[in-house]
Amino acid sequence: MKGLCAHARFAASLLAVAWALLIGDGIAMTVLAAQPTSESLMTSITSTGTNTIPNRKVAVGSTASKTAATVGVSSMQEDRPSKFSPPGDWPAPVNDQAHRLFTLVDVLEYRPKTGGSQGSDDYRWDIQGWYGGDYNRLWFKSEGQRNTAFKADYDVDFQLLYGRFIQKYYDFQIGPRVETQSFRGSNVTRGLAVIGIEGLVPYNYEFESSLFIDHNGAVAARLSFNKDMLLTQRLILQTRFETNAAVQRVEEFTTGSGLNNLELGFRLRYEIRREFAPYVGFSLDRSFGETSTLVREEGGTSSQIRFVAGIRMWF
Amino acid sequence: MNPERISRRLLLKCAVVAGLLAAMEALVSTSAVTSAANAGSQAVLNGDVIDLTISEHLFRLDGRAVPALAFNGTIPGPVIRLKEGQQATLRVTNRLQERSSIHWHGLLLPPNMDGVPGVSFASIEPGATFTYQFLVHQSGTYWFHSHSGGQELSGLYAPMIIDPIEPEPFRYERDYVVMLSDWSFESPETLFSNLKKQGGYYNFQKRASSEFFTDVKRMGLWPAIQNYLMWDRMRMDPTDFADVTGHTFTYLMNGLSPAGNWTGLFRPGERVRLRLINAASMTFYDVRIPGLKLTVVQADGQNVQPVVVDELRMGVAETYDVIVEPIEDRAYTIFAETMDRSGYARGTLAPRMGMSAEIPERRPRPLRTMEDMGMSRGGMKDSHRHTTMSDMDQPADMASVKDDDTYRTSQHMEHGSGTPSMQGTHEMPGIKAVVPHSSKIPGADPVKHGPDDHGPGNQMVAEYSQNRMGEPGRGLESSGRRVLLYTDLKSLAPYPDQREPEREIELHLTGQMNRYMWSFDGKKYSEAREPIRFRFGERVRLTFVNDTMMEHPLHLHGMWMYLENGVGEYLPRKHTVIVKPAERLSVAVSADAPARWAFHCHLLFHMEAGMFRVIEVSEQ
Repeated sequence: MKGLCAHARFAASLLAVAWALLIGDGIAMTVLAAQPTSESLMTSITSTGTNTIPNRKVAVGSTASKTAATVGVSSMQEDRPSKFSPPGDWPAPVNDQAHRLFTLVDVLEYRPKTGGSQGSDDYRWDIQGWYGGDYNRLWFKSEGQRNTAFKADYDVDFQLLYGRFIQKYYDFQIGPRVETQSFRGSNVTRGLAVIGIEGLVPYNYEFESSLFIDHNGAVAARLSFNKDMLLTQRLILQTRFETNAAVQRVEEFTTGSGLNNLELGFRLRYEIRREFAPYVGFSLDRSFGETSTLVREEGGTSSQIRFVAGIRMWF
Repeated sequence: MNPERISRRLLLKCAVVAGLLAAMEALVSTSAVTSAANAGSQAVLNGDVIDLTISEHLFRLDGRAVPALAFNGTIPGPVIRLKEGQQATLRVTNRLQERSSIHWHGLLLPPNMDGVPGVSFASIEPGATFTYQFLVHQSGTYWFHSHSGGQELSGLYAPMIIDPIEPEPFRYERDYVVMLSDWSFESPETLFSNLKKQGGYYNFQKRASSEFFTDVKRMGLWPAIQNYLMWDRMRMDPTDFADVTGHTFTYLMNGLSPAGNWTGLFRPGERVRLRLINAASMTFYDVRIPGLKLTVVQADGQNVQPVVVDELRMGVAETYDVIVEPIEDRAYTIFAETMDRSGYARGTLAPRMGMSAEIPERRPRPLRTMEDMGMSRGGMKDSHRHTTMSDMDQPADMASVKDDDTYRTSQHMEHGSGTPSMQGTHEMPGIKAVVPHSSKIPGADPVKHGPDDHGPGNQMVAEYSQNRMGEPGRGLESSGRRVLLYTDLKSLAPYPDQREPEREIELHLTGQMNRYMWSFDGKKYSEAREPIRFRFGERVRLTFVNDTMMEHPLHLHGMWMYLENGVGEYLPRKHTVIVKPAERLSVAVSADAPARWAFHCHLLFHMEAGMFRVIEVSEQ
């Protein structure tokens, strides 16, 4: 019991610590000072903090220059009509607001059955992407897994998030998630709310963190890091680390209270093109505490080493 | 003897030879498409009325024929040759399915003739003819290109030569245009989209494991690890020298690939004028001709006091006129290596057709250093050290730089020690300058960055910015060759407006490589549509602070930028200036053209990503 409490505390503090680190990186300040841009996909969210604009304007161009006559550009930029104003039907000189669609299939792999496990060959995917501009994006994410240390049978989820580029390296994301899996032979589905921060942390780790609250109020969190190491310009070793944790026990989703699982994967890919890279690798996956008990009750294996072969691609 | 007339006749003759070459190439090629743009040919158009047609053409390159855009059917387009003082009429017909435009790069024009869609006019609609009319009141080497989307990269660029009324202050017997450009078989939209999705898409010279082991051998294990960790911690890539590289680009000289080998003829002993134009969309070139000295006589079309160099770096859109004197009866290679060393454009100067000289070995890809990040202690010049070593001796020092009280005062001691040519151009406390015509270079002493980090659209700031015009540029420091420096450029005669700028406007060059966002002061053009305002008649100082880790060629339309490079009343004037990473560079502008003018980074995709502003000169 004491161990479980520790897990629960760990779970709660995990995201807190990660996000606090980001806050240390200035994220909170930026949320407060976030400026609206004309590019918004969701105008309701971009209205945050419009009252801080004057404050920001003062800062523009305010470098400690010794020239007394230095004038910040902003002070010259009060809106006023100009006899040179271009007619409204002229095109913009540059197209810096184009929206794009990006899809990254980071994991799409075959996992052969390993000796001793009761499972069978299975598949796995982790796909995410966005549509939008530089600041505002509509994100979509989907993960599918089967017979992992966390999910005895299959588990599929889908997220649709609004994301805003709030601080130099990070997107703040919010939206719904649907998760479905099998439990005691039948299909169970739940809806969750997601708040997430995704981006690039110092030392070039791609970072993704999400806080989930399901329709019953059960709180869970997921944290993942991955990093590429270039063996050659095209042969790249990707290290992936992922962990899940929960506050409440949700039996149908084989989720115990506390730390749920830890997974460490190594995938060696060869970029035939930047967009298309076959890979091989292996992953170490283990669930803990109540979660591992639930997974075993469901007929799963709570500690696994799996070999993988797949294709990473984006378009 | 009228050297000007002779040179023109020879140019025409050479153009015919080049055209024959291209025709021969076309014969050899298996494809039988007759409409192919004849690369390498240099048709010359002159007269009072000139007709230009913008249309789709097949461009033939190294055995491939692909759809491209062309002026009058060639890439580059025809040379337009005007005379100073003439009234020029250029009728431009757009035969594309999309809007197009022509901007006359470096020419001072009435604002509605400048050719920037959305700033000077609407555009040239498909099927329409737009007549550009203006009085030519300058001379020199210029060029023109489309200012619409990625059309320039698809082939819409060409040279423009304006012959002066007064005889040139230098002599030459041959006159060639050497137009450098870059060509990709991928569309401009694809290139831009790839960069937006993965900033390092085209960089295949990143630091991989083999380089790490080499570095371990060279630096030792721990320093090497520290160095790699430092760059990783900052989320920066020290190998980022070109966004688009030789991975997709074929580098062209007068429309010919290195294999196509553009050739200019000379008789030994003749003086050959080369009009170097960097018409590339995304490529900086380091140009040299092994075996020959380059005498720089013009920069951006403007006469300068001759400087003899071995090599010069050309930012996108810059032009340099150089004179070379090949004495020997042999071929010389014109070697234009890209700044990131991922490829080169090449041509030949030869006494006879069909000759070629050795192609120099490409130099290793350079690395960014602490100085490029604005985190160094400044004065230490890289010429004293090996490039790749320079960032290893202070990996953990970044935090301490801020608190270093002795930082500024110690600067003066080390300044100017890098290159002999800088003597006297620097302000030394208590010492009167040695060279007669000198002035203070703004930003000669490092300036600490203010508290504004320019928001999410900007990755980093240069903690300290400082003028770097006396440095040859990253990758050229330890070559042993004499490289042209901005501090070498002195106008031949002083320009009339010698006023000290009464006002300074500071613009920060900002960007975010991971999302491929580029901007000024952290704001893309769409976030800052209000113009930067100049008062008509004022002399204003524009100070650029480069907070990014890349060189940016900044181009101002409609007015000259007088480069404040410390040469007193001889400040050279330019239409495009390179600002190095972490550099603070100032230009003076005489606001004598009331209108709206475009101002932007001339790297095509930086401009398209938002590194663009409108400058409005008005009376008030």
